[in-house]
Parts: sequence; C-alpha cells; structure tokens
Amino acid sequence: MATHEAAVAAPHEHHTSTGIDNAKLAMWTFLGSECLFFGSFISTYLLYRNRVHSGPTPHEIYDIPYTSVSSFVLLMSSLTMVLALAAIQRGDHRAVRSWLLATAMLGTVFIGGQIYEFTTFVEEGLTLTTSTFGSAFFVLTGFHGAHVTVGILMLLTLYGMSLSGRLTEKDTRPVEYIGLYWHFVDIVWIIIFTVIYLVPTNS
Amino acid sequence: MDRTRARPPRDLRPLVILLVALCAVALAGCESSAPQDFLNHPEGPIARKQDGLWDLVFAVAVAIFVIVESLLVYTVVRFRQKPGRQAAQFHGNTKVEIILTLVPSLILAAIAVPTVKTIFELAEEPPGAMQVTVTARQFWWEYRYEDQQVVTANELHIPVDTPIRLRLEGADVIHSFWVPRLAGKQDVVPGRINFLTIEADDPGEYLGQCTEFCGASHANMRLRVYAHEQKDFDRWLADQQKPADVDLASRGADLFMNGTCVNCHAIGGTDAAARTGPDLTHFASRNTFAGAMFDTNRENLVSWLADPPAMKPGSLMPDYGLSNEEIDALVEFLLSLE
Amino acid sequence: MATAALPRRRGLLARPTAKTGVWGWITTVDHKKIGILYGVTAFIFFILGGLEAVVVRLQLARPDSTVLDAEMYNQFFTMHGLTMIFLVIMPMGVALMNYFIPIMIGARDVAFPRLNAFSYWVFVAGGIFLYSSFFLGGAPSGGWFGYAPLSRQLPGNGMDYYSIGLQILGIASLAGAINFVVTILNMRAPGMSFMKMPVFIWMSLVTSFLLVFAMPVIAVALFQLMFDRVYEANFFNPAAGGDPLLWQHLFWVFGHPEVYILILPAMGIVSEVLPTFSRKPIFGYAAIVFAGIAIGFMGWGVWAHHMFVAGLGPVANAAFAISTMFIAVPTGVKIFNWVGTMWKGSLRITAPFLFAVGFVAMFVIGGLSGVTHAIVPSDTQQTDTYYIVAHFHYVLFGGAIFGIFSGLYYWWPKIFGWTLSEGIGKLHFWLMFIGFNLAFGPMHILGLQGMPRRIYTYPDGMGWNIWNLVSTAGALVIALATLVFLVNVVVSKARRQEAGDDPWDARTLEWSIPSPPPEYNFLEVPEVKQRDDWWHRKYVETPHGAPARVFAGGADGDHDDDGHDIHLPSPSYFPALSAIGLPVLGWGTIYYNTPMMIAGGLWTLLALFGWAFEPSAEEHH
Ligand code: HEA
Ligand code: HEA
Ligand code: HEC
Ligand code: CUA
Ligand SMILES: [Cu+2]
Repeated sequence: MATHEAAVAAPHEHHTSTGIDNAKLAMWTFLGSECLFFGSFISTYLLYRNRVHSGPTPHEIYDIPYTSVSSFVLLMSSLTMVLALAAIQRGDHRAVRSWLLATAMLGTVFIGGQIYEFTTFVEEGLTLTTSTFGSAFFVLTGFHGAHVTVGILMLLTLYGMSLSGRLTEKDTRPVEYIGLYWHFVDIVWIIIFTVIYLVPTNS
Repeated sequence: MDRTRARPPRDLRPLVILLVALCAVALAGCESSAPQDFLNHPEGPIARKQDGLWDLVFAVAVAIFVIVESLLVYTVVRFRQKPGRQAAQFHGNTKVEIILTLVPSLILAAIAVPTVKTIFELAEEPPGAMQVTVTARQFWWEYRYEDQQVVTANELHIPVDTPIRLRLEGADVIHSFWVPRLAGKQDVVPGRINFLTIEADDPGEYLGQCTEFCGASHANMRLRVYAHEQKDFDRWLADQQKPADVDLASRGADLFMNGTCVNCHAIGGTDAAARTGPDLTHFASRNTFAGAMFDTNRENLVSWLADPPAMKPGSLMPDYGLSNEEIDALVEFLLSLE
Repeated sequence: MATAALPRRRGLLARPTAKTGVWGWITTVDHKKIGILYGVTAFIFFILGGLEAVVVRLQLARPDSTVLDAEMYNQFFTMHGLTMIFLVIMPMGVALMNYFIPIMIGARDVAFPRLNAFSYWVFVAGGIFLYSSFFLGGAPSGGWFGYAPLSRQLPGNGMDYYSIGLQILGIASLAGAINFVVTILNMRAPGMSFMKMPVFIWMSLVTSFLLVFAMPVIAVALFQLMFDRVYEANFFNPAAGGDPLLWQHLFWVFGHPEVYILILPAMGIVSEVLPTFSRKPIFGYAAIVFAGIAIGFMGWGVWAHHMFVAGLGPVANAAFAISTMFIAVPTGVKIFNWVGTMWKGSLRITAPFLFAVGFVAMFVIGGLSGVTHAIVPSDTQQTDTYYIVAHFHYVLFGGAIFGIFSGLYYWWPKIFGWTLSEGIGKLHFWLMFIGFNLAFGPMHILGLQGMPRRIYTYPDGMGWNIWNLVSTAGALVIALATLVFLVNVVVSKARRQEAGDDPWDARTLEWSIPSPPPEYNFLEVPEVKQRDDWWHRKYVETPHGAPARVFAGGADGDHDDDGHDIHLPSPSYFPALSAIGLPVLGWGTIYYNTPMMIAGGLWTLLALFGWAFEPSAEEHH
C-alpha cells in the first residue's frame, strides 16, 4: 500500500531533503522493523529446536531435499522480479505482465509446497501443540508464508494495474518498492532455511 | 549583572519548602520500623552485605540530589526576570560540559566496583551450607529438608549462624521468595532451578512473602522463617521426623482418609501421600496456615474448611460443602496432628 | 500535494469533501486535526486510567480494606498501567509530534497523511478493543508486563484481550513511527539541516526509530502468547519445555526502549520551553542532541535490569548493572544543559516554564532511584516493591506527564489561537506538584519497609498504614489538579484571550505562522538560515551579546491570502474504514468465531485496496 500512499503524498520525489523518495524510505524503514520481527522468531526457534518433550525431532521430520527445491523456486522468483522491474523501465508492458505473473506463480508454488509440508508434518505427528519445537517451527515458517502471500497479492495488484494501464514507465516506483519487499522476504527465507533445516540439531 | 540577594519570589517558595519537606519526610520514614523493613535492619550477613551497598549508593544519590536540586532552585530563583535584566546569549561551554560528563562517569565507575564484587560474592555457595528445597505453589510454600527427611509448609525453620542454601523449584507460575531481613529475593521459575542463600544472626521470627505477581492471592502468599539455636533446631527436626501419631479410628481421620482430603494432602505414617496440597503430618505444630495467613486455631480452621476460596481468593483448595459436624471432626483431627 | 504520476480514474468511494463537522474530523488527513484528535482521545484515557488508579489507591488506603476484591484489583492495576503507557503517554507524545513536527521543520503535512489518519483510527480501535474486555467477562489481570506462564494460564479472556489489544495498538505505533521518520528525514524545509533542527524534532526522530525497532519485538511476544492461549501452542508452557524467561527477554527488549520512547518526547518539549522562557539559546545543543541519540542506543543494552532476580547468573547481572548505571551519564548531560540554558537567562516564570522545571526536578529523583535499582545486590531487596513503583512514577508522571503538560500550556495558544489562564495554570501546577509528591514520595519509604507491589491488600501491623493513607490523599490532590486543568480550559475558552502569532516571543518556526495555523501551514515554504531561525529573524545580536529587535515580528505573509492554490491531500474515508476491521478480527479470534474473523480481515483488506486506488486529490482542481 505504501507505494500508492507515496504516489499521493510525494509528487516530487526529487525534492525530498535526502533525495530518497518518501515511499522508498518508508519501505526501507519498514523492512528494518521486519528484521527484528523475524529475528525474534528465529531466536525463539534456536532456543526451542532441541526441546522436544514429545513428538518428532527436527531431523526425524525434515525432508531437506524437498524444502531445498521449494527454496530454489522462491529464489528464482527474485530473478523474475528483477526482470519485471527491468521490463517496466524499458516500457515493455507485455514483458512486465508475464514477469509479474511468473513471480506470483513461483511464489504460489512455494506456498503450495509449504502447505504440503505442513500437512505431511501434521500427519507425521508434529503440530503447533506437540512440543515447543513444533510451536516455534509452525509460527516462524507460518509468518514467513503469510508475508509471501501478501507479496503475491501485491504482485497480482500490480498485474491488474498494468492491465488497466495504470503502470507506466513514467512511474516505476510501485514495481520497484514491491520488488524491494519481495526480495526481502526471499532473503529472510534463505536465513530461515539455513537456520532451520541446515544447522544440525544436537538430537 | 545585579547583585541583589536571591530571595524566592512568591510563586517559587512552595518549591523550596517542598524539596526540604521531601528530604525530611524521607529521613523520618527511614527510621520507622516495620516487620518487613529491611532498611537498616539486616539480621544476617547476606542482608548486611546488600544493606552496605545500599547505604553507599543511597548516600551518593542523596548527595547528587541535593547538589542538582539546589543548583536548579538557585538558578530559577537567581535568574528570574527582573526589570533591566538581559539574558546573556551564550550557546554552551565545552569545558564545563566535559567536566559534567566525566564527573558522573567517575562516580558511577566508583560505585560499579563494589557492586560487581558483591554480585559475585553473593553468587557463590558458602561452605558448610545446609540444603533446603523450596517449592512455590499458588499460593503457598513447601519446604523439603531432603537429608533430614522432613517436609513442611509456609514456615521455614533454620539454625542460626548457618548459611541455608535454598534450592528454589517452580511448580505452576513464577513466584519470588523473600525474607527481607535475611536476604534479597530470588524468583522461583517453573522449569528452572534457582538458588538463594539466607542466614540469620539471632533466633527469632522473620516475616516474608511472595513478591512476584502470581495471581489472585499473590498478596496472601506469605511466609515465615523461624531461626533457632542449633539445639532447639535439632529438637524441632526430631519432632518433625516422627510420623504423625493419629488415632485412625477417630471420625475426623475416617473423613480425611476416606474423603477427598487424601487426594491432595500427605500425612506421614499413614497412606495419605498426595503432594498437591501442604503436608499435614505435623500441621498443628505450625503457628499459621494457608500461606502463613491465618493463625492455626479452631475457628480459623472451621471457616477454612467451610470454604477455602472465600477465605483466600483463588485458593486451589476447593469448597467441599462439608457439614458442620464433619468440619468439627476434621478440625479436631487436624489439631491432633502435633 | 497529489501525484501527477497516476492518471485520472474512479475509486471505490469518491473522496469526501466535508472539511468541517463530524465527517470533517472522521475523514481528515490534516496532521493538525489528527494531532488534536490524538490529544483529546489520550486525555480521556488519562482520566480513565487515573480513575482506575484512584480506586486502587482507595483500596490501599487502609489495611484489610474491601473496596475491590482481589480479582477486580488485579484488573484495575493492570489496566491502569496499560492505559497510562499505551493509551496516554505514547499517544500524547504522538499528538504533539503530529501537530508540530511538520510545522517545526517547515513542511505542509507529514509524508503520508492518510497513513497518519490510519494510525490514529487503529489506535482508537485498539483502545476500544482493550476496554471492551471490561464488559465482556473481565479485563486483563496479569500485570502490564504479563509475565508468562501466569499470563498463559489466567482464566477468562482478559489476557487474550491483552495479547491482541496491544498487537493492534502496536500496528498504530509502527505506522506512525515510520511516518515520522520519513517526514523528519525527507520533508525538512530548504536549509533545515540536521544540526539546525529543533531539539524536539531530534527527540521525536530518536523516539520514532526506537518504536520502529521495539514494536516488532513485543509483536512477536504477543503473537506467541496469543498462540499459547488461543491455539494451545507451547511457547510458555513449562510442562513442554517452554521457558518463562523467553517472555521476559522479549518483553523487556521492547520494554526498556519503550520507557525511553515515553520520556524522550517530554525531554524534547522541555528543550523547547526552557530556552524560550530563559530568552536564551539552548545550552550545548550538540551535546543535548547526541545525549538523546546515545540514550536511544544504550536503551537497547540494559533490558535485563528488569530481571535481576530471575536467575540470569552473576556475569549477566554484573554486565547489565554496569550498562544500566552508565545510562545516567547522557541523561545527566541533558539535566545539566537544561540548567545551563537557564543560567544567566531572564526567566519568565509562566505555567509552561513551571511544568518544565518541575519535570527536571522530579525526573532527577526518578532517575537517581533508577540508578539505585541498577545496584543488583540491593535491587534484590527493592525489586517488586513500592520502591520501584515510586521510581517509575517519578520518571513517568514527574517526567513524561509534567513534560506533556508543559508542552500543552506552551503550544495551546498556537493550536487554538487563545491562551490558557496563567493564574489557573500555576494553581494547576502547584496542586499537581504537591499531590504528585504526596502520592509517590511515600512509596519510596513503603518499598523500603518491604511493601511488595501488586498486592490487593495488606494486614495491619506491617507499619505501612500511614504512608499508604498519605499516598491516597496525594492521589486525590492530583485528581483535583486535573480537574483544575479542565476548568482552566473551559474558563479560558469562554474568556478567549487572543494569543496572536507569537505570544511567548519564541524561537522556532511554528511561531512564525498564524494561530491557529492555516491548513497549509506556510504560505510559502520558509528558507531556513540558522538554528532558532524565527528568533534570528526577530533579533540580531549586538556586539556585547545582547539581542536587539530587528522587526515587529508577527506571521510572515498576509493573512487574507487563503492559499487556495496550495494543493493539500483531500480527506479520505479509508483510514477510518480500514481500522474498523481489526477489532472485529480480534473478537473473532478470541471467541473462535471464524465468520467474524473473515469478515474483519476482508473488511480491512478491502478498505486498504480502496485506499490504494483512491483517486488523488487532483480532480478537485
Ligand atoms: C519514563 C520512563 C523511565 C525512565 C526514563 C527510566 C529511567 C531509568 N530507569 Fe527505570 N523503569 C521504568 C521507567 C523508566 N525508567 C519503569 C516503568 C519501570 C518498571 C517496570 C515494571 O516493573 O513495571 C522501571 C524499572 C527500572 C528498573 C528495574 C527495577 C526492578 O524491577 O528491579 C531499573 C533497574 O535498573 C531501572 C533503572 C533505570 C535507570 C538507571 C534509568 C536512567 O535512565 C535514569 C538516568 C537519570 C538520572 C540518573 C538522573 C539525572 C542524572 C544526573 C543528575 C547526573 C548525575 C547522576 C549520577 C552520577 C548517578 N528502571
Ligand atoms: C504514565 C504512566 C502512569 C501514570 C501517569 C500513573 C499515575 C498514577 N498511578 Fe500508576 N502505574 C503505572 C503508570 C502510571 N501511573 C504503571 C506502568 C504501573 C504498573 C502496573 C503494573 O504493575 O502492572 C502503575 C502502577 C500503579 C500502582 C501500583 C499498583 C500495584 O502494584 O498494586 C499504584 C498504586 O498506588 C499507582 C498509582 C497511581 C496514581 C495514584 C496515579 C495518579 O497520578 C493518577 C492521576 C490521574 C487522575 C487522578 C485522573 C484525573 C482525572 C480525574 C479523576 C478528574 C475527575 C473526573 C472527571 C473529570 C470525569 N500506579
Ligand atoms: C484439590 C486438592 C485439595 C483437596 C481435595 C483438599 N485440599 Fe486442603 N489444601 C489444598 C491446597 C492447594 C492448599 C493450600 C491452599 C493455600 O494455602 O492457598 C490446602 C491447604 C489446606 C490446609 C492448610 C495447610 C497449611 O499448612 O497451609 C489444611 C488444614 C487443609 N488443606 C485441609 C484439608 C482437608 C481437611 C481436606 C478435606 C476436606 C482438604 N484439605 C482437601 C488442596 C486440597
Ligand atoms: Cu506467589 Cu506471588
Ligand atoms: Cu528498564
């Protein structure tokens, strides 16, 4: 939303005291806040991942190859996002649309993968209520999934804007800033993936 | 610059008076005595260490308070608007500012040294300490003398001049064990084990209470420490180690053993062994009950058994709608548990 | 101020046009109106939180009294703490920031006017949601820092309202903070470099950054608590290995920066008021600014001083004791520089000045007691006693509240165009000053006499009776003082003594424009040449350092130009609309009412979309 807010609030982005566009600054500030949000959840996970009083332990349940694939999918979506931005800057609207759609698709695939992972975990007996590990895992990855979903919504909004000709090379900021958010969410996933799946647990 | 004596203008006099009054009140207050007053009332080496630090810091704080506040009042009174007074237009004074940054830093550094020293001193386990395990529950205390095979509640008995190493075990929520005149407090955290050392110089009764908010009856989760000369303490131990001599034939015993009571309370030497509630083996030997809240006497017990939560909000011992006859019998029985 | 980037188009709802009346207030995006809304709402909550406190005091006035039963008492002191911190001091600060940040940096509005309105309405929604608990089966009763596992186990829905209510309020704070950060960094008038910004702006900037980084941390803690309570997660369930200290760490990593969030705006206010009434520039501007920044940074390294008896071990305790003590240094710098500002000045003893001096005098007491808490061994005696309660009321009331009243008396004429009565104002100050010290001074003694906090009653014979009685009397005096303030407003409004543009002969930009300021603030955006620009436009320094008046002062630009050609964002329904969904979502979550959850969520989502595609103001021209 911030993007459009800015469109209304900051007509002359070249006039801001810092030279940085308001909405861009706002997005960066927001992402700074997000760092502490995920930081706190990740710390919680690190504290709890070895406390399994009941139910499966991390290494019993994680399917690392599977998650690596979905992680790779999400990583690729950053690439398509970059291409979308390049396209809008060229003013190549057909390309913009296809890249935006591609990014949203990849994101959706990732979410689908996460839903599948969650269901299998539940079947294998790991739920939010099984253990502190379970709580920490589901809430951390769940909130990341929520962020991806919001991102997908914003991408589809961009797609709609493009269709109705509201997305022009004269103002590429909407794509740019939603892109910022998207890349951030991807990077956070890389960290989560490393911390959760790759760092060995002592069980 | 005019040299007129600085007299408080009408609208500032209250300020001066008040600040003076404040200090006076504070000092007056410190002298008053109260059973849980730890200020200037350390009754053991640990509390004394903590009180020593307090005295130091309090002195420093009062000094700074007096200096800063009088400087403030002086400035306000001295430089208030007067016909012909011009405000001097200066933007700062680097030298003064540096000094006023360094001085506090040095003062604090000076305080930090004994602080850190004492922190570590108090942390280590004193040699020859006696061990007692304390379990805090909503809203009462259980004390287990593991080595001596004694379990009691709410009233802790200790020998004088012996450091007591309390092993604090949490059960339900966080509580905090505090006997002001013997030592500072220590939280009792579920899932963790904390330690606290207390020690008393002289025999006597020391009041304390739970100081971490723990629910409805946090205010009623009090405790007592009785310090005895070693020989008296040994006698107390000996008595507590005896199994309860209960007349199981009595009506009260029958109600207790075949009623609900046995589901939560233990009585040594009988098959009542539940730990949900306080151990009652030598209940009648305790001066108080229910979190050291009520004196142990007939009418208190009668109203307790009639409806515990009514006497002690949120108490986890429910009301069993006992008949007066049953209550009397039970009280009779409880009071027989010397 | 509207974009040229997006072409004309239809929105979900046409933009509202009413600028007056109820709708004018509901749909406003004017930072000044929003500031006033914040102020009024926060003051209403001050009365509520105060009345709760008064009832608490009545209960404690005498031993074994029965004004409140245990359960009610716990609800009252918890809601009192939550109200005062989250619904009074924070929004009061935001109120003044909202009104004056743009004006003091020479801007026509905040960076994101609608986001600003959104913050306000979400704050209102959060407040209403939290208070609705009183009528829906009981308010939170776990204390304002809701320690787990108690907060997880307390029966009823009180703590659910706590976890979700604070979450909603957090959204408001975060949105507001981001808005202020961008506004201050980006919207400064030409020439307003960082070291020319008023100290109030600097403190607002630090506060906003603290909010940006502190809010997400408590958000996480609150989510975990919510999942524990509503969906049986195990974050704080000891039986499943949950660690109660996790909550304490998360809460205080937020909580300590939070206390500086509460005090820094007040410090900024005092740094504006003292120079004006001393007719001197602030003493050591750079030092005061950097001290503020230093406090902001150090505030992150001391949180565990709230956990000295939790069992962190000697190493952690020692480290946090030291870091805590040294926060006294930058704070001391401020204190001394305020005194230096008055030194050799020509002090006009006015109501705002008295409140500012009262702030300095009382904050020093609270600060010093704070340092005594940092001494771990003696803090193990003090913690969770009334000695702590005394400390934080001296910094929160003697600090924040006095500072805010100072700001209200100082800026009132600018906001409303008429001045508050000085006479009643001084009466207000002295009553409040006396009542305050009567109420909270004795709490030091009570604490040292071993009276724990959060006890709904105490037996006779503990030696606590006298001082509790005195404290209660003090609370009533404070109530009276507050009434006097309300009387002052009514009387002064009736008397309506015109303020003029610059009643205090002040120093900063807000006084260069009419009172009350026009919607567009500045006819033409000012060109800032130096610190205290407005003062230096009025005065030059004669060789021997005395100020000499250069021109008659008064607002620049002629008032009869209504500035109709200045584009301002037009009002909008969407901020208020999108806020409504959140409490609905909250209630739905608490009562496992999925349709309600979906309704609330969708409502907010739709409103946000409507907001995103709202036609710009352009079309009115
Ligand atoms: C406005 C809010 C505010 C502010 C500004 C402060 C400021 C400080 N606080 Fe306070 N504090 C609270 C709000 C605040 N606090 C609250 C709400 C709680 C209770 C939470 C709860 O449990 O409910 C609390 C609790 C609290 C504790 C925990 C006590 C306990 O529970 O055991 C501690 C411990 O160290 C502490 C310390 C400090 C210190 C060192 C400062 C310092 O910043 C103070 C610095 C200022 C000065 C020192 C005075 C001026 C300086 C000079 C004149 C220079 C010379 C001075 C020296 C050389 C010493 N505070
Ligand atoms: C800014 C913060 C702030 C402020 C201003 C206050 C103000 C007051 N506080 Fe508060 N207090 C806290 C923050 C604050 N408090 C916090 C954080 C806690 C910790 C809670 C916890 O432990 O979880 C606390 C706890 C606390 C306690 C400890 C409770 C306990 O531990 O058991 C007490 C006890 O006396 C108390 C008293 C008061 C009193 C008498 C006032 C007075 O100053 C109130 C003055 C205001 C009024 C009296 C209202 C004025 C209006 C009127 C009455 C006018 C008449 C009405 C109409 C016009 C309709 N407070
Ligand atoms: C559900 C468990 C439970 C049952 C059943 C129960 N109690 Fe209790 N009892 C408790 C708890 C818990 C306490 C501690 C209450 C407090 O101090 O808050 C307690 C306290 C007491 C005390 C005070 C002990 C002390 O020293 O503080 C007595 C006496 C007592 N119970 C007697 C009885 C009798 C007699 C019965 C049978 C009618 C009974 N209890 C049944 C749980 C129970
Ligand atoms: Cu147990 Cu408070
Ligand atoms: Cu703190």
